[in-house]
Amino acid sequence: MEKLSIKEKKLEAINLNVFYGQKQVLKDVNIAIKANTVTAFIGPSGCGKSTFLRTFNRMNDYVEGFRKEGDIIVDGKDIYQKMIRVEELRKKIGMVFQKPNPFPKSIFENVAYGLKIQGIKNKKLIEETVEKSLKQSALWDEVKDDLKKSALSLSGGQQQRLCIARALALEPSILLMDEPASALDPISTSKIEDLIWELKQKYTIVIVTHNMQQAGRISDNTAFFYMGDLVEYDETKKIFTNPEKERTQNYITGRFG
Amino acid sequence: MKRVLMICAIITVLTTVGIVYVLFSESFSFFQQVSLWDFLTDTKWSPISTEKHFGILPLLSGTLLTTFIAMIFAVPMGITIAIYLSEYAPKKFRYYIKPLLEILAAIPTVVYGFFALTVVTPFLQGYIPGLAGFNALSAGLVMGIMIIPMISSLSEDALYAVPKSLREGAYGMGSTRLQTSFNVILPAASSGIIVSVILAFARAVGETMIVTVAAGNMANLTADPRETVATITAFIVNMSTGDVPQNSIEYQTIFAAGVTLFVFTFLLNSISFYIKKRFQEKYD
Ligand SMILES: Nc1ncnc2c1ncn2[C@@H]1O[C@H](COP(=O)(O)OP(=O)(O)OP(=O)(O)O)[C@@H](O)[C@H]1O
Ligand SMILES: [Mg+2]
Repeated sequence: MEKLSIKEKKLEAINLNVFYGQKQVLKDVNIAIKANTVTAFIGPSGCGKSTFLRTFNRMNDYVEGFRKEGDIIVDGKDIYQKMIRVEELRKKIGMVFQKPNPFPKSIFENVAYGLKIQGIKNKKLIEETVEKSLKQSALWDEVKDDLKKSALSLSGGQQQRLCIARALALEPSILLMDEPASALDPISTSKIEDLIWELKQKYTIVIVTHNMQQAGRISDNTAFFYMGDLVEYDETKKIFTNPEKERTQNYITGRFG
Repeated sequence: MKRVLMICAIITVLTTVGIVYVLFSESFSFFQQVSLWDFLTDTKWSPISTEKHFGILPLLSGTLLTTFIAMIFAVPMGITIAIYLSEYAPKKFRYYIKPLLEILAAIPTVVYGFFALTVVTPFLQGYIPGLAGFNALSAGLVMGIMIIPMISSLSEDALYAVPKSLREGAYGMGSTRLQTSFNVILPAASSGIIVSVILAFARAVGETMIVTVAAGNMANLTADPRETVATITAFIVNMSTGDVPQNSIEYQTIFAAGVTLFVFTFLLNSISFYIKKRFQEKYD
């Protein structure tokens, strides 16, 4: 894999070890992720993909017993430093979860939420942003006539695209997605995949997935984890056709995990 | 064994039916002598004076006045405590404080009543001119203290039941803890919180000892919390402990007042039941 210059690196983990209490869940992980690419994290259940993803926006801070060694660098800054305001960080890094989790508010309010908590009151700006974000997440045509309806009345696939729109409204530069399509039907899944493909122009995307075909279709690079180790990290093409490690080969061909 | 259980169940049901029957049949005789219209519109209540009046309004106003004082105090307090316990407090603290709150709810209400009469009223009289020895304010405030555990405990259950995924969604967008609590968790738990408030309201409406001891027993159509008032419950207590001849109209007023109270709390419970049913499943 090509070496990245400092400027090209959007996200980076350096000698990262993560513990939950006594248990070590990530072991000496090193990775550098290039801007405007899609990176897939794959690996068997429990290998630490979600944990790793969540270190990039410090969502692990709330987990009891969480401890880390090593550094996480976002846009050239160590984000675990004392002076970093975690709320500011998270505005820059959108996150989409496995299970759609819209707020119990209207569709409009969901997308406007991020702006409102920042104290933005300009109605026109909020309306424009809501429309733009919903268009970006390919949901606008389906909901434009009932923006006032409760977000909970949408289907699962629509809710997930709403959650993506909600994240996009803050204009982040990074999007972290933890199995965003695992709870969805094939049509919604393909919509979300198309969406990821388009968003790549503007965002750096990291996506956790258990679906090998999906990883193959949408990602530029793939990282394979196994029991807390980053076993192999390379171009997706290479990982899926000619991986270096046998363990990767076995996982991809479905021989274990 | 099965028989025993069934007999217990039947006894409970029969008792309830019996109570409702007596309540309604005695008040039926009452309403044959006093028209419902007079009962609801007459602004005086004086069943044992020489000039008799049977207007429920003064008792109703006494009940609502003390209840509203209690609610104004207890709702914000109870919800704040609930938010603190569910969103801020360390797990350990929550673990110990919740049972403690429930113990507070188990103190006999007559104790609260004397606390209101002998501590709160003299204290408040130092600050509020014109505060009567028996008054709606002290009784209401102490009743508020009594229902705080109920509101905070039930609301806390509702807040705590909000799925973690919603919290994460809010944090993931850069919300602070405070923003998450108020903008996301609170609305998500709103049905549970509303139910807790309604149940507390019903509890306050039916509360007897505190108001009997501390608010006085003078039917008084007023909105002034400094004055002595009588609530429906306090009236019933006083009437029942005095010696009025059975089957007299005075005796029957007890049941008329009782029916009013019954209808009131029954409505409140039904509303909370409806809200619970209607909005509960939203999240699972
Ligand atoms: N909150 C937590 N407290 C303690 N241990 C945890 C916690 N969350 C995860 N773990 C443990 O850390 C390890 C990694 O979990 P993680 O969720 O990162 O795996 P994953 O690769 O995302 O798995 P999956 O594919 O099932 O989502 C697992 O062994 C898990 O049991
Ligand atoms: Mg996971």
